[in-house]
Amino acid sequence: MSTLRIGCFLAAIGIAAAGGGALVQSAPAIAAKLQNPLESDEHAPPAGAKLYARECASCHGVNREGRRNAPSLNRPAVQAAAPGTLFWVLRNGSLHRGMPSFAHLPEAQRWQIVTYLRGR
Amino acid sequence: MTTARLKYLLAAAAALVLQPLCWAGEGPFFITYTHQMEEPGNLEFAFKTVMGKPDGGNRFFGTVAEFEYGVTGWWTSELYLDGQATRREGALFTGYRWENRFRLLSHEHWINPVLYLEFENINGADKSLLEIVNHDGQEALGSPNAEARFEKKREMEAKLILGSYVKGWTIAENFIAEKNVRHAPFEFGYAVGVSRPLAMAARPDRCNFCAENVQVGVELYGGLGTHEQFGVGGTSHYIAPTVAWTLASGTTLRISPGFGTTGTSAGYLLRFGVSYEAAQFGRAARNLFRGGRP
Ligand code: HEC
Repeated sequence: MSTLRIGCFLAAIGIAAAGGGALVQSAPAIAAKLQNPLESDEHAPPAGAKLYARECASCHGVNREGRRNAPSLNRPAVQAAAPGTLFWVLRNGSLHRGMPSFAHLPEAQRWQIVTYLRGR
Repeated sequence: MTTARLKYLLAAAAALVLQPLCWAGEGPFFITYTHQMEEPGNLEFAFKTVMGKPDGGNRFFGTVAEFEYGVTGWWTSELYLDGQATRREGALFTGYRWENRFRLLSHEHWINPVLYLEFENINGADKSLLEIVNHDGQEALGSPNAEARFEKKREMEAKLILGSYVKGWTIAENFIAEKNVRHAPFEFGYAVGVSRPLAMAARPDRCNFCAENVQVGVELYGGLGTHEQFGVGGTSHYIAPTVAWTLASGTTLRISPGFGTTGTSAGYLLRFGVSYEAAQFGRAARNLFRGGRP
């Protein structure tokens, strides 16, 4: 099978799997139960801000305002999302709609980003 | 070259120069692939060199220039340009490879499969040693460039990449099958790697010398014969500790000494590399092409 055909085949699976709705709302309910171990760590928000600038700002904007297809992370649904839900989003991404998975970052760094996202 | 093509090439080059470099903090492996894909729209460019000296042969430097682009979140495409320099024999361009990686599952699991498909058009003098298959060994590395360059190698290669992240550790296994498009049997090989960063949490400040920026690991790779003669008899195998250090600017430096573990393997290989990543390169190139700002 040619690369192109495999690409089209995978794209078809992708479209079928992507579904609709905001990403934070598509996280399974059980994800929300996970507690953030760095919730009250004083270094977590500045470390998370550094990681955000490095990993996320190119798509979501320097001030989390959103750009093109990457939504604003200041919008109420994201601000109200449980830490565990945001952690689930970072682990899995939304590969068929342009949000990469950040599972390669150690868990501690993902929690630092979550702490930063929820601080305002 | 038509004006339109030239314009497109210039736009792409300008986009590359004008785009801010971002964090190329990929793992420390040279040979083993993990299931980490390039971020959609980002372009990573890297140079990787391997230095070695086969028994009775001349010291060589095999280098690849690598351009890795995130087409989508689940599809990464990569172009390699290969060259080598051998002492007393000169330097030459040895060919190109084009690979595509497709992530097969949309969510993160314990084990994450990725399908890798590559076409390579290289000659027999290629010494980049990006994978070891079949009975590849130091004998082939010792054959003179003047002869080896005339051997054409048009090959298709497939890999099944399995990757896992467990408590800060990255574990990856690659199974390789390669076939010359015209003749020769299917050739097999493998690569496995384990790595982890020196610190799990990030420091709040921008830093060069911090443990979170350093990743250490070890790779094992080698040949597994052909479908007619499958097994490890007479094949090459290497064990290679590896270190990657990402600077605050985002540039990653890697180094890995490799040690041959069988008589067929080259005794010692030293690999080093540098990589940079341009964020949202695709968008910048498109905008520039349409006459906007990068
Ligand atoms: C390559 C571009 C890109 C990068 C880099 C990126 N994102 Fe996203 N992100 C997206 C896109 C596109 C979506 C929308 C996905 C969807 O709708 O399924 C998204 C969605 C999200 C959502 C869900 C928003 C919602 O409204 O449901 C969160 C939270 C999020 N991203 C956080 C992050 C964080 C934190 C980082 C950095 C660690 C990051 N993203 C990096 C492109 C990106």
